[in-house]
Amino acid sequence: MAVLSKEEAKQIIDKVLAFSKADETSANLNGSRTGNIRYARNSVSTSGETTNLSLSVTSVFGKKSGTATINEFDDKSLEKTVRRAEEIAHLAPDNPEYVGMLGPQNYLDIKSFAASTDAINPDFRAEAAFKSIDPCAKKDLTAAGYWEDSTGFAALGNTKGLFGYNAATSVDFSITVRTNDGLGSGYAVRDVNDVSKLDVALATEVAIQKAQASSKAKALEPGKYTVILEPTAAVDLLQNMMGSMDARNADEGRSFLGKKGGGTRLGEKLFDERVNIYSDPQNLEIPGSPFGGGGGRFAFGGGGSDGRAQEKVVWVENGVVKNMYYSRYWAEKKGVKAIPPPSGFIFAGGNESLADLIKGTEKGILVTRLWYIRAVDPQTLLYTGLTRDGTFYIENGVIKYPVKNFRFNESPVIMLNNLEAAGKPMRQGGNLVPPLKIRDFTFTSLSDAV
Amino acid sequence: MKRRDFMQMTGMGMGALMLPSVPIFGNTVSSEHLLEPGIDVALKKRYADIALNATKSKGATYTDVRIGRYLQQFVFTREKQVQNIVNAESFGVGIRVIANGTWGFSATSDVTSEGIAKCAETAVAIAKANSKFQKDPVVLAPQKGVGDVTWKTPIKKNTFEIPTAEKIDLLMKVNGKAMENGAGFVTSNIFSVNEQKYFASSDGSYIDQDIHRIWPTFTVTAIDKAAGKFKTRGALSSPMGMGYEYLDGLASEKIAGPNGTVGYRSSYDMVEDAILAAKQAKEKLTTKTVLPGKYDLVLDPNHLGLTIHESVGHPTELDRVLGYEANYAGTSFATLDKWESKKFNYGSKLVNIVADRIQPHTLGAVGFDDEGVPAKEWDIIKDGILVNYQAIRDQVKIIGGKESNGCCYADNWDSVQFQRMPNISLRPGTEKRSVLDMIKGVEKGIYIIGAGSYSIDQQRYNFQFGGQVFYEIKKGEIVGMLDDVAYQSNTQEFWNSCSQICDKDDYRTFGSFFDGKGQPSQISAVAHGSATTRFDGVNVINTGRKI
Repeated sequence: MAVLSKEEAKQIIDKVLAFSKADETSANLNGSRTGNIRYARNSVSTSGETTNLSLSVTSVFGKKSGTATINEFDDKSLEKTVRRAEEIAHLAPDNPEYVGMLGPQNYLDIKSFAASTDAINPDFRAEAAFKSIDPCAKKDLTAAGYWEDSTGFAALGNTKGLFGYNAATSVDFSITVRTNDGLGSGYAVRDVNDVSKLDVALATEVAIQKAQASSKAKALEPGKYTVILEPTAAVDLLQNMMGSMDARNADEGRSFLGKKGGGTRLGEKLFDERVNIYSDPQNLEIPGSPFGGGGGRFAFGGGGSDGRAQEKVVWVENGVVKNMYYSRYWAEKKGVKAIPPPSGFIFAGGNESLADLIKGTEKGILVTRLWYIRAVDPQTLLYTGLTRDGTFYIENGVIKYPVKNFRFNESPVIMLNNLEAAGKPMRQGGNLVPPLKIRDFTFTSLSDAV
Repeated sequence: MKRRDFMQMTGMGMGALMLPSVPIFGNTVSSEHLLEPGIDVALKKRYADIALNATKSKGATYTDVRIGRYLQQFVFTREKQVQNIVNAESFGVGIRVIANGTWGFSATSDVTSEGIAKCAETAVAIAKANSKFQKDPVVLAPQKGVGDVTWKTPIKKNTFEIPTAEKIDLLMKVNGKAMENGAGFVTSNIFSVNEQKYFASSDGSYIDQDIHRIWPTFTVTAIDKAAGKFKTRGALSSPMGMGYEYLDGLASEKIAGPNGTVGYRSSYDMVEDAILAAKQAKEKLTTKTVLPGKYDLVLDPNHLGLTIHESVGHPTELDRVLGYEANYAGTSFATLDKWESKKFNYGSKLVNIVADRIQPHTLGAVGFDDEGVPAKEWDIIKDGILVNYQAIRDQVKIIGGKESNGCCYADNWDSVQFQRMPNISLRPGTEKRSVLDMIKGVEKGIYIIGAGSYSIDQQRYNFQFGGQVFYEIKKGEIVGMLDDVAYQSNTQEFWNSCSQICDKDDYRTFGSFFDGKGQPSQISAVAHGSATTRFDGVNVINTGRKI
């Protein structure tokens, strides 16, 4: 049984902590059942299911810490793991940045578990694949897709009395549809906690339409264009920017948030005043994790959460940088609150749909997806990458024709200064991101790729 | 929630390492535990036979069994302190079968007779269940069984036997020297991997392999607080299929380059490189910015390796060409019709690209791949013409091949093996030519060392690469450093602009330790050899911006 209840998890953690002889001990217990199905060329290529239940024990003596993990849960194994973590700690060098463990925390109640997703079985996955392959095959198109669902829990506790538990489910689905002459390609990607909110056939239909509409693209000269970035395209650049909001790097002068002469740009207006970015673990559309730090998506982790409670945080308000995230060590050194990196962010938008944004555009390019994005200059957050799977020319409020893919070189900081409009946000990769209309977006070359 | 623990590195100033995260397999243990022997080879054979018999009795027509113990040690430091030491062990069995003409795979960490028999039955059941989707039955290229054989990476010093304290001492020295020479910050790491894997198949092979890899690396950052500027320079090491002897820093393996630069073959002087890195990072703070335009590029092997990886390695993977990676990594411009024509000019006549799994000291070197095919060497591009692909047993029939190229790999016992890149290398030039000789002939050019930012489209036409250090060449001489350099080109155009290649004395390998592919994603390690090479009239852009 990989997914334990709160009581079952607490029982194991309490047992582990009772074996402790160290100054401080913490235990992270994670369990999941993950299933997937992958297909290409209109045929299933692989499918599988993995269950995993893993315990990680960290023991600390003074400023020396050691971690051991195990997948066996009888008393003897648990005790052995605690002893092993203690041995590793004794042998470890002092960590001058060690900060003592947290006491009990008030964790928010987060609805990240859906029974519908928990109930997914191999037949359900096969059916999802069929719903996606079948319409493509019937239209003489080729589908390649990937479905992964997960149901699991995370629990943590320590000898200072902290305990937390959260169960969560997730589904990630993506589909690429290509025309058989190789001239058109379309894509759709969806992520949900509750599988009943995922319409595979509808997502596939979006990819089909893009594949058919993107065929026989015309070449436009590279240069600066007004673009409409669909949420799938916008999220990557925004996520990269959010991943660079670490306070220590800014204080050390090696971040886009570092300032001439030293110090940081916290409190400075860095973006258009309509830019508002926050995180809210209790948002019903993108429920996050109740605890963060260490295991946060944007931080150096791997050993599970350090137990900090996630709460609502405003990162950018009216274009002004309001918060950065901290390790506990750096926050203590700076005498500030140790805000952990968020598990997902919300870019506040308006009510306009993508169609509305297109309608209001005299001349521009609709970008449906960006690909192979890499940092070029961390100083300015300049990124390069390409458009993919459907790029279109807009004239007088309508999509005129498909255009060949471009390479871009652009910074999300510059991009968010050139904001023209933000539409209604939709979920993308655990974030809420609106379609964005941006002027002077920099395309530097053309690509022949379809 | 994910199957594996991924250490997120983004907050560590490790951008130059080209990895978003570092995967850790299995359980974390003590470093001493990594030295304990795995199970005896006779027992592995007994377990393998249990699986082979169980699947056969359930109707499998082919079976392979991989009993794997995967060990990792990763040491992370910054400035004067150790950030983390991870010792991890992952042990289990993966069983792959063909039943009803369809693949099935199952894996278990329960390495007992009962556990293996049950896992074997599950693999057959999955194959049978999946067969209802199968349009064409799987056909494997024949592979004669090789009986009981062993293969070991020829290492001199087992990295796992070197005390952790010795590794920390080295990294502290690296960090200290970098700081003394102008670095504001430095992170340094040693990644080491040992795959102890046993492969058995219904073809009659029982192959025991012991594979070692190591990657020492660092990033130094120089800061100008007054100007609000920072610059980084990453290590010019290469990940290698070697033991700790790679860090001996032998003078005989160094190649002196222009302006005090050093190229490293199969021995690396990490401290020396850190000192130079700090000085160069500092120099980059005040160096002149590049004027965009066409330049002749002189590309060092430690830079060119990544360009080879992206623009030749990935597009010639047969699974990409066929569309199996369409939803993720993408497809390829190097389509079958281009190969069939025997006339597709991938590059100029000088361009000879070879695939192999046998070059000593490389990441790709093995005795056998993960479906029991002996390691070999074959041409991908011959005299500029596309002549072959990278293929595995169930693909090679598509290109009329009679045997697999031996490109099958799984990153752990619980991952299903699939087509991964072998070493892909550019053969050195046949005429005697040093780097200085090459630079002498360039009127207006840039000499680029080290891999930097990299991006390429999903069919591998259009790419953009940065670097670590850029030197401006004017009238045959280096006149100083440049900054904000990136070049953009099209794969075919770029390789056709290849006009000179240094000789074998300049040949070195570059590597990727954590190359990602597939859904769910798997990593692999792959090397790319080359000598310094010249490309004419490449478009260079200026990447400097103000925010």
